[in-house]
Amino acid sequence: MYTLKEKTVVTLRVNGEDRQALIRPGDILLDTLRDGLGLTGAKPGCLNGDCGACTVLVDGTPIKSCLMLTAEAVGHEITTVEGLSDTPIQRAFIELFAFQCGYCTSGFLMVCHALAGQMQTPPDAVIDEWLESNICRCTSYEEIGKAVRAVLNGEIK
Amino acid sequence: MSKTGIGVPVIRKEAASKVTGEAKYTADFLEPGTLTAQLVTSTCAHGVIAGIDTSAAAGVPGVRAILTGESCPELCGAILKDRPPLARGKVRYYGEPVALVVAEDAFLAAKAASLIKVSYEPLPVVHGPGQALEPGAPLIHEGLGAYKRIVADVYPEPGTNVCHREKVRKGDVEKGFSECAVILEARFKLPQSDHIAMETRAATASISADGTVFIRTSSQAPFEVRKMLSELYQIDEGKIIVEVPMVGGGFGGKAPVNLEILAYLASRAAGGRPVRLVNTREADMVSSPCRMGLEATLKLGATEDGILKAAEMTFLIDAGGYADIGPRLAKAIAVGCTGPYHIENVSCDSLCVYTNHPYVTSFRGFGHASVTFCIERALDKLARKLRLDPARLRYKNALMPGQTSPTQVKITASNCGNLQACIERVKGLVNWEEGDRLDMGGGKIRAKGIAAFWKTSNSPPDAASGAFISFNKDGSVNLNVGCVEIGPMMKTTAAQILSEALKMDISRIHVNMDVNTRYTPYHWKTVASMTTYMIGRAVLRAAEDVTDQLKSMAAVVMKCAPEDLDIGDERVFLRSDPSVFKSFRDLVHGYHYENGNALYGQMLGRGGFIMTDLNFLDRETGKGKPGPYWTVGAQAVEVIYDTVAHTYRLTKAATVIDAGKVLNPAMAEGLVKGGMCMGLGLGSREHFQYDPAGRVLDTSLRTYKVMHFGQTPEYLVAFVETPFVEGPYGARGLAEHGIVGIPAALGNALSVACGAELDELPLLPEKIWMAKTGGRL
Amino acid sequence: MIPFDFEYHRPASVREAAVVYRQLEEAGKAPVWYGGGSELISMARVGNMGFGAVIDLKSIPDCRLLDNSGDEVHLGAGLTLDEIRRSEKFPLLGQTAGRIADHTMQCKITLGGNLASTIIYREAALPLLLGDATITTGGEKGIKRYRIRDIFRDRLQLPKREFIVSTSVARQYAEAPYFHIKKTKNEKIDYPLITTTALIANGYLRIAFSGLAAYPVRDEVVEAILNDQSIDFERRAEGAAAALAGILLEDMNGSSAYRRFVLKNTLVSILESIKDAQVPCIR
Repeated sequence: MYTLKEKTVVTLRVNGEDRQALIRPGDILLDTLRDGLGLTGAKPGCLNGDCGACTVLVDGTPIKSCLMLTAEAVGHEITTVEGLSDTPIQRAFIELFAFQCGYCTSGFLMVCHALAGQMQTPPDAVIDEWLESNICRCTSYEEIGKAVRAVLNGEIK
Repeated sequence: MSKTGIGVPVIRKEAASKVTGEAKYTADFLEPGTLTAQLVTSTCAHGVIAGIDTSAAAGVPGVRAILTGESCPELCGAILKDRPPLARGKVRYYGEPVALVVAEDAFLAAKAASLIKVSYEPLPVVHGPGQALEPGAPLIHEGLGAYKRIVADVYPEPGTNVCHREKVRKGDVEKGFSECAVILEARFKLPQSDHIAMETRAATASISADGTVFIRTSSQAPFEVRKMLSELYQIDEGKIIVEVPMVGGGFGGKAPVNLEILAYLASRAAGGRPVRLVNTREADMVSSPCRMGLEATLKLGATEDGILKAAEMTFLIDAGGYADIGPRLAKAIAVGCTGPYHIENVSCDSLCVYTNHPYVTSFRGFGHASVTFCIERALDKLARKLRLDPARLRYKNALMPGQTSPTQVKITASNCGNLQACIERVKGLVNWEEGDRLDMGGGKIRAKGIAAFWKTSNSPPDAASGAFISFNKDGSVNLNVGCVEIGPMMKTTAAQILSEALKMDISRIHVNMDVNTRYTPYHWKTVASMTTYMIGRAVLRAAEDVTDQLKSMAAVVMKCAPEDLDIGDERVFLRSDPSVFKSFRDLVHGYHYENGNALYGQMLGRGGFIMTDLNFLDRETGKGKPGPYWTVGAQAVEVIYDTVAHTYRLTKAATVIDAGKVLNPAMAEGLVKGGMCMGLGLGSREHFQYDPAGRVLDTSLRTYKVMHFGQTPEYLVAFVETPFVEGPYGARGLAEHGIVGIPAALGNALSVACGAELDELPLLPEKIWMAKTGGRL
Repeated sequence: MIPFDFEYHRPASVREAAVVYRQLEEAGKAPVWYGGGSELISMARVGNMGFGAVIDLKSIPDCRLLDNSGDEVHLGAGLTLDEIRRSEKFPLLGQTAGRIADHTMQCKITLGGNLASTIIYREAALPLLLGDATITTGGEKGIKRYRIRDIFRDRLQLPKREFIVSTSVARQYAEAPYFHIKKTKNEKIDYPLITTTALIANGYLRIAFSGLAAYPVRDEVVEAILNDQSIDFERRAEGAAAALAGILLEDMNGSSAYRRFVLKNTLVSILESIKDAQVPCIR
């Protein structure tokens, strides 16, 4: 049994590295990533699982880090936007104007990156389902759709 | 290497930082030792504060201060000083800040805040502006007459809930109606809603030993923050530094000064230590200001052949508990009340009315999406009465050069563009000629609606801006401008304008992404779609300044006259023989002779800009010039409507705007599409709902619904380019506009589709079912 | 930020979970079972829920069960909604799960968490009600099995110290023709105005609803009306809607009258689909 009773230093596997963080058992992953590890790419948008701005990958699956306890993530591979480097989806977002203020961008990137990693040619309905987990208030979403499709169909590699 | 300039799809300067998590927003700066402040907000919409028990919270170790209304007696406001930073004596809306806890970390602040107990004695609640004006309605501000006015042109009516009244009187309305063959009367009701910028408002404050106040904030108006803090707390402006990093969307919601005051008070109470205050989404939606609601009554008259002759209108803004910028919203609605149409005889009363709803502030479109819904829905009804094509009715009445606006500004092609061209173009985009209602069989109707709009700045008549230029030793340029990067790429646009002016590659122009009021030139506010115009003009002046300097310096060095020289590609060259030149890098940090002699110092450029020719509106008639120009456009929405379920799918949304000159086509399209998407949200799903006690029910994104991926239509965007001669390269402001006519176009499409008049937003299937069937099964 | 402290326990077996629950209870820690956690975290943040410890059940192997090799489909309570959907072992449940919250949340919310939710919808319960599921629980006395109809009264009424380990549904029901129609106020990503699920077992239409009332509903009288071949579809749908009229919700998502209108239309469309043999699966 894994137990955390009080403030404890835990090891998290983040972006391929082991990182130590002092946490309360009740801390959420988003706060630990930001305040504990300085990884501020994941953003607080609602702290209620509704907006997706805090999305990170846990073992390759998109997860809203505002609704995961840090304790739950111990022993799993966490990927944040800081762990992406010159990926096709990042390039596509730039080239296809898929963001304006940029605040929702890391969350969308993580969802798109996971989708592209898990599926070769998902049907439109699946793209819609994955991306409707996130909110963008600046764009019309059309640009984001174009960016993820450009990556999925290999136009941007 | 050649110039980049305008008219090309430049990639934004901060792009890489935004796809890597590197871009820093206010709450991303996590200096050690920073305290956390947490708000306690009202659970009552209107009530006397009977008691606040802070004892349990004060006992939490690590709590550094607890503030209530009693700790801050001052009143604040941008137009009228009617709002205590923390409620005093009574609360006027659900969510109003009542107390502020400052503690060593976020956990302790949250824990202490949860222990504060506030008790209220409820007062009767004012649920809307119509009710607020009824005789005997509860008074929300008993001391309205005593409030200090920040501006001369605000007219509160003490003893009532009227915060401000704006009037337009043009022509003779009675006579106008007597000449009409058809008269249309209609009422509209639009709810309050919210900005939902993805980054909630956030501010940090600290006060150093010498009294210098440092504020970092998610704001569209850093210089306004400086001004208001200076004025409220008698601090020299020079001793207040306001820094704004990247901002995660504004949409008008970050134009008012809000959390900055609370963060300052928190730091002051904690001995000047740095304090961070970040809104939860819930607080951002209801505690900080939201978007106005509106109740309107319109009467329009037209001749048999569809020429508008007279309009009589009353607009009641649901301003919520405090004034904020509400009086200016009333002004904007009055100024634009007719829409972009010529009506000789106009009478309009536009009131900013207090209610016990969350208070309101600027929102993308600044009242125009609301007034446009009313006028454009009314026009469609009128077109039906006249048996006239709704697009034709708009085309016929479009304002033309030589005619006048409601506030009697003379219209020119330069200041108002070409609406008729926009209407024609948008008709083409949505295939208007096939008809606005097509039965597709199987209980499905394809329907289209159209709307036109206009918008001007309604800014202070003396709004100002500036630009600094400096050079690096390699000849590249640093541009320093005071607009905030809230998303629409204004920093890059400024660089693009400079690139065009200096005829150089934009990658060699570096622009500050942040704003710091100590070293950034003043810019009024990043609002009102005025940034391109104001900053653009300032940049052009700064460019002219350095161009003159470069030429006169090179003339000495090259032994020729300045007028023989031109610039481009970071060179000053002879017009007659461009192969004879001096590079910027040889000139901008002094000219150095081989023997060691040097001439001139570093080159600095500056450009200042202020609005000219604008004035206050006459109190009785509204006569006056409210902005430098109007941006006009036409929009259309197409839906597929289910006649059985009364549900619908959005299939097309189209916009044609007279942009004057499109500076960055990709960004312009993106901005307009984003605006349309938000407009579809307002039209179809966004609203605040309240319980009978006036408490807001939709305080999170779980129940307050915005548009999501996959539910959006095909977007069609085109531009007309009628130059605005005073604008940078002919450009008009283009930012908010995509939203303005979309709720109206959607309302028109669905009214056509279902065959009932839909005069309330949002257009929920339940509302359509009610309008269509009266609630029958 | 959750404004209070609590302990985190992640047991590796049903027995461990039961033991730690008892220990925490005796220590006055007010423990709660923890699945995906999304509801507990969001409720706790705004002060709607308090506890001294959470017991995270989702890595217990029994809660990860995913098996349809025999006559029954067994699904562990610790599976996420996304895992259930991808497994395709109980398509109606998969489709229902695929319309709860959004996809990213479906990767976190567990089957057990949705069934035990304090929010009124609990849409995952509908297919289980239709499939006469068996609910397997764990606790101090080990594993217990309940028929869902015996313990589902508006919500799963489990003894306090027990938690859901898995659910089992006969394959004949899991693989039966089905319907899933979720209607919302207007935005797709929303709580249901009414979610209707139905399956056809031995030629008989079974139907259950979420969002219609303040709890998930499966009603024998309503099913009898809908299966009454002596009357036409329209009247069956009207009759069923009338039978449910007394419990229809009136809230910010819609009035009870509008719910009744939507309900009737949904029922008509399901009945017509059956006639047209468009079974299975209509959105």
